[in-house]
Amino acid sequence: MAAPVADTAKSAHVEKKNKKKPVKRYWEVTEETGQKRQDQDNPDQTTSTKDTRPLKIKKTGQSQSWKNDPFPGEAPIPQKQLQKFQRGAKHKVPAGAHGKLKEAIVWSKTVSELAQKQAARYDLLLPEDAGFLEGDDDEDTCRISQEDIADAVDITSGSKYFNLHLTQFGPYRVDYSRTGRHLLLGGRRGHVACIDWQTKNLTCEMSVMETVNDVKWLHTEAMFAVAQKKWLYIYDSKGTELHCVKKFNDVLKMQFLPYHFLLATASATGFLQYLDVSVGKEIAAICTKMGRLDVMSQNPYNAVIHLGHPNGTVSLWSPNQKEPLIKMLCHRGAVRSLTVDKTGTYMVTSGLDRKLKVYDIRAFKPLHSYFLPAGASCLSLSQKGLLSASTGDVVQVYQNVWGGNPVSKPYMAHRVRGQVWGVAYCPFEDVLGIGHGQGFTSMIIPGAGEPNFDALDTNPYRSAKQRQEWEVKALLEKVQPELISLDPTQLSKVDQGSFEQRHKERVEVLGYDPLAKEKFKPRTKKKGRSSAGAIEKRKRKVAHEDQRDVIRQTVEERMEKEKQQKEKSSESKELSKKSALDRFRKQGK
Amino acid sequence: MAVVREQKEFSMDNEVISASEDEEGSDDERKHNKLLQAISSLGGKRRKNQTERSEASLQVSEFLVNAEGAGDKIALSDLLGTVEKTPGASKKTKKQLRNLQNRNETLQLPLNKEQTEKIQRGIAYEKSTQEVSRWQGIIVQNQKAEQLVFPLNQESSRPKPVEQIVAGWKAETPLEQEIFKLLNNNSQPIHDPVLTPIEEASLKAMSLEEANMRRAELQKARALQSYYEAKAKREKRIKSKKYHKIQKKAKRKEFVKQFEEMMKTDPTGALEELKKMEMSRMEERMSLKHQNSGKWAKSKAIMAKYDDSARKAMQEQLQVNKDLTQKMVTISDDEHETQEEESEAVPDFVNDVEPIVDAVNPWMRNRIPREEPEVICVTTEQPQTVEEEEEEEEEKNEEEELLADFQRKRALRQADEDDDLVPVPPAEEEIDNTGEVAREEVVGEDVVNISDSDDDNDDDEEDVSQFNTLFRLMSSEKAREAPAQTQEGREDEEQLLDEGHVRVRTVEDLEALGEAEEPQPSASANTSTPQTATSEPPAKKSKEIDLNAVLTKEAKAIKVPLMPAVVEDDEERDEQISIIKEAFAGDDVISDFLKDKRKQEEAGRPKVVDLTLPGWGEWGGVGLVPSRKKRKRFRIKMAPPPPRQDKKLPDVIISEKRSASVAAHQVCQLPFPFQNPKQFESCIRTPVGQTWNTQSTVRKMTTPKVVTTMGAIIEPLVREDYIKDKSSIPASKAPAIFLEDKSKGKDGKRMSKDKHKGKESKKRRKI
Repeated sequence: MAAPVADTAKSAHVEKKNKKKPVKRYWEVTEETGQKRQDQDNPDQTTSTKDTRPLKIKKTGQSQSWKNDPFPGEAPIPQKQLQKFQRGAKHKVPAGAHGKLKEAIVWSKTVSELAQKQAARYDLLLPEDAGFLEGDDDEDTCRISQEDIADAVDITSGSKYFNLHLTQFGPYRVDYSRTGRHLLLGGRRGHVACIDWQTKNLTCEMSVMETVNDVKWLHTEAMFAVAQKKWLYIYDSKGTELHCVKKFNDVLKMQFLPYHFLLATASATGFLQYLDVSVGKEIAAICTKMGRLDVMSQNPYNAVIHLGHPNGTVSLWSPNQKEPLIKMLCHRGAVRSLTVDKTGTYMVTSGLDRKLKVYDIRAFKPLHSYFLPAGASCLSLSQKGLLSASTGDVVQVYQNVWGGNPVSKPYMAHRVRGQVWGVAYCPFEDVLGIGHGQGFTSMIIPGAGEPNFDALDTNPYRSAKQRQEWEVKALLEKVQPELISLDPTQLSKVDQGSFEQRHKERVEVLGYDPLAKEKFKPRTKKKGRSSAGAIEKRKRKVAHEDQRDVIRQTVEERMEKEKQQKEKSSESKELSKKSALDRFRKQGK
Repeated sequence: MAVVREQKEFSMDNEVISASEDEEGSDDERKHNKLLQAISSLGGKRRKNQTERSEASLQVSEFLVNAEGAGDKIALSDLLGTVEKTPGASKKTKKQLRNLQNRNETLQLPLNKEQTEKIQRGIAYEKSTQEVSRWQGIIVQNQKAEQLVFPLNQESSRPKPVEQIVAGWKAETPLEQEIFKLLNNNSQPIHDPVLTPIEEASLKAMSLEEANMRRAELQKARALQSYYEAKAKREKRIKSKKYHKIQKKAKRKEFVKQFEEMMKTDPTGALEELKKMEMSRMEERMSLKHQNSGKWAKSKAIMAKYDDSARKAMQEQLQVNKDLTQKMVTISDDEHETQEEESEAVPDFVNDVEPIVDAVNPWMRNRIPREEPEVICVTTEQPQTVEEEEEEEEEKNEEEELLADFQRKRALRQADEDDDLVPVPPAEEEIDNTGEVAREEVVGEDVVNISDSDDDNDDDEEDVSQFNTLFRLMSSEKAREAPAQTQEGREDEEQLLDEGHVRVRTVEDLEALGEAEEPQPSASANTSTPQTATSEPPAKKSKEIDLNAVLTKEAKAIKVPLMPAVVEDDEERDEQISIIKEAFAGDDVISDFLKDKRKQEEAGRPKVVDLTLPGWGEWGGVGLVPSRKKRKRFRIKMAPPPPRQDKKLPDVIISEKRSASVAAHQVCQLPFPFQNPKQFESCIRTPVGQTWNTQSTVRKMTTPKVVTTMGAIIEPLVREDYIKDKSSIPASKAPAIFLEDKSKGKDGKRMSKDKHKGKESKKRRKI
């Protein structure tokens, strides 16, 4: 199942079509750095030194033994790897820094350098590389059919290409769980099914007897959300209905933000709503005033939701702001689909004007614009940056859409039986799932999935126990929805807003002004002293006192100002008064 | 009496106080006795006078024994008399005593209690600060330490280096013992040092000759020093003013000589000397010395009328003052002259850049012919100094003129350059490509732009005015017929503004979508037909947003191998049609977007606050509008906001709202040691958690500052372990001044403990 296994197998079976680069070894990388290691010349030697090194240490406690060490010191780390783990810019110790400041800066510097180095060193543990498809000299890769690929690769990989004929319940939406093990299918006419797609075990299947607009896994494969005709429902993996969330109506599209435990929904009424899945609370409901919202995507980098609109604009939203963070005009016609890449750098949109556009969403500038003969209805980006676009019943996969050269032809293409309704890449697998009018198709796309997974974050092989533990940890590390903003590193910056600004925000949060002066409230007194007139008199007194204070203050200020002015003017007078004869005056007097 | 003086320094002695009290007491006693006598003389019953012993008796009362002169006071001389006679007393003491006798001064009163205590406290404070500040080093070290493990100075459980283990090893077997004995007896090194002590000593030792030489040198130096000292002392004692005067003069002369030499050899030192001289000059100028304003000078001034010498003396004084206050003029003067000569030889303007620009004005090209006659005429009429000044002034004027000229030319040149650089709007390029638009129109358009921006904000106006001038310069010829056209254009534009947006998208446009290269609607809009030009106004109104810049990316067609099968499904087709209808139901997407953007910009701009109150200071009522002057006065303009982030992105609207939700979690005040946010941000840039770091890094990052081993007693720091200063040890042994006896015991105890610890530590160090 793992990409590595599959890939090696592929290379064994297919000679040319499905080639895979040999696995990179660490000595190959080190050679680039130009360090002392000359392993490349004689790889045998490296193994021998590797074996003998610990022996040497054991043998001799003398200092002389180190002199003979051909590789003194730590193993060098290639600059490229170090760069990968660079965090922010270093700050030099300023010239006039006092002791404590110097200490703090130096300490942080050493620590972050250590962290960077260690991380770069541990990069060694991610040895797998993504494969890719390579055609013959005059063969187009996009003309290679899935059947050929499936025949050529090993059995396990070949079994990843399959079709599910589900003709009754109309076009299907698709969603893979975060680990890539489980598949959720939602038929337009009410069919919902969960499958462990690798073993083809059906976890649950049901008909909700209603239109199903979208389906989405929640944080684990134990729960999923289904946007039905009217309300939003949440089911568990056995198909039991857990919740019917009536605050969320007419939902058309959903996105789940895994680190925030937020389910974001876009409705036909133009509402963008956020549901906190961990506590079951609605975090925000934003009226976008943009009409029907049926195009939605999330930016995995900063958890910002992207919405596409019929007027050709794409708007970016966070739950903390009632207006879009960004609104950009992308197409002349309506936006049909959009997707954002894993690093949050690129956004791909397609519109009714039959264009496919690649945007750099750090600078909000278009990089490439492609014209597709029939436009693209569903877009999806894989972990490795392969773009799949469906036009009608054809699914095309593009490589390097944001590279320097514009793409002229697809990397792969496949025709399915019906109109494509949903496209999704399976994480950590070279598989693209396509939901269409006639069921579901799983397609093999070499080089689509990330070959190295982070077992602490998303482990495709985790057991039930591990999953439970992961859930607890993830809940503990849950990111609060307030922290969603365009720049996720904003939290680590110093807030430079003025005091007034902060005070205003504080008042907004608290609902009252903590620094406000209390209004005078006269006490009730006995013996007729609390008559309306007396109370008014007392009030007046206090008011007068306050006014007097104010007046006193202003007068004082004015006096001071005048005094200063006077001094200034007198000084200038003295200067101006000086006559030419003054220079003969004796200095002593 | 000497005791009393001592009291100032040491004053713990109670005796002193008692002594002084005694004195007072004796005084009182005398009075008391007098009183008693007076009383007894009054009373009838007389006291029995103590009689002197007159006859021998068997029992002699001890109370009745009376010495000679018993009632008299004892004077110091009485006591001293005996001292003189005693043979054992030294002459010195005798002399001292005699001196003491002769002295008549009364002793000063002892200081009062408060003051003595104050002094004591001061001394005690100093001592204790000294004591405490010895700890400073170790405290700072501990504060800076990454980690402190308490109890401190624990023996580490880590494997020790071999040398340490060997050092702790003892010879046990008889053979070993014998070997060590041999080694020890011959004082051979056992551990690390390779040399024996004898060898080391011999290495350190000097040869005899060397030692002798050194001794002789030292002797000579000492002798010379004593001679010099004696001489200085003698000279110092000389009181003759004349001698000193001469001396001073000589010194000064020598100094000047030295200084001149120094100028050649050591310029920096000379400069310092010069500074010193300048300083002394300043001092002289500040003081009234040598100004003939002193007592002596005044007396001389009276005499001066009649006395020649007095007058001379005064003159001399003034001369001295003059000399001292004169500015230092040394070699530099000469240099100046040479420089001037040089400058005369080669005039300044030779090095200047040749002014090429004024081809029209040949007089500007070379100044020499005009300059020289002037100089000549000046020299004939006026003295040298004035002439120089004049010359300078002249030069300055010339220079100013030149500068002004240069500036003018630069401006011109810039204008020329800018003419070239005037950004041709993208629309124009496209138009050029199409090649269908007349030049005149382009000009007219530009003018329109300018007039537009004139209406805009003040800050924009500056740019615009610049642009205006450039424009005028550029197209002075071309735009001769332009004004009329511009007028027209403006009118046109106003009309357009009134019209509002007009639908651009038509069926043809829709069809055009199908083509691979879509013609830009804006390009078509720019063609001369007035109807299509309607899409322009929104783009023009806001200067930075250009309609042509929006969605300009050219699409690249992709060939797809599999064409999608025609979908037969009726429902599907209907849906698609409806979608398309929906998409194109609205009008021009772009102009809508631009309008939206402009609205946002306007909302972000601070509004002008109008505080005019009608009827104040003038008549108010229906139909009466406050005067313009008043309105102007009470209108408060807000500062313009910082430029929008999306200023240069025509097809993007970026919200300018501050995200308060994150701000609530952000650090809003810089923590202590940091001086600017950047430093702080760089310090927290690396996350600490396990999610982002390797295990070892996390461990290192989260090491606690202080670690205590469980169950271990943490003892206070021991002085001997940390303070190596030997002088501190005797100080600690002697009790502090105000320590009382009670605490002494404790202190002693502690001391012993300290010693013990000290021994331990020494042992450790040895190891």
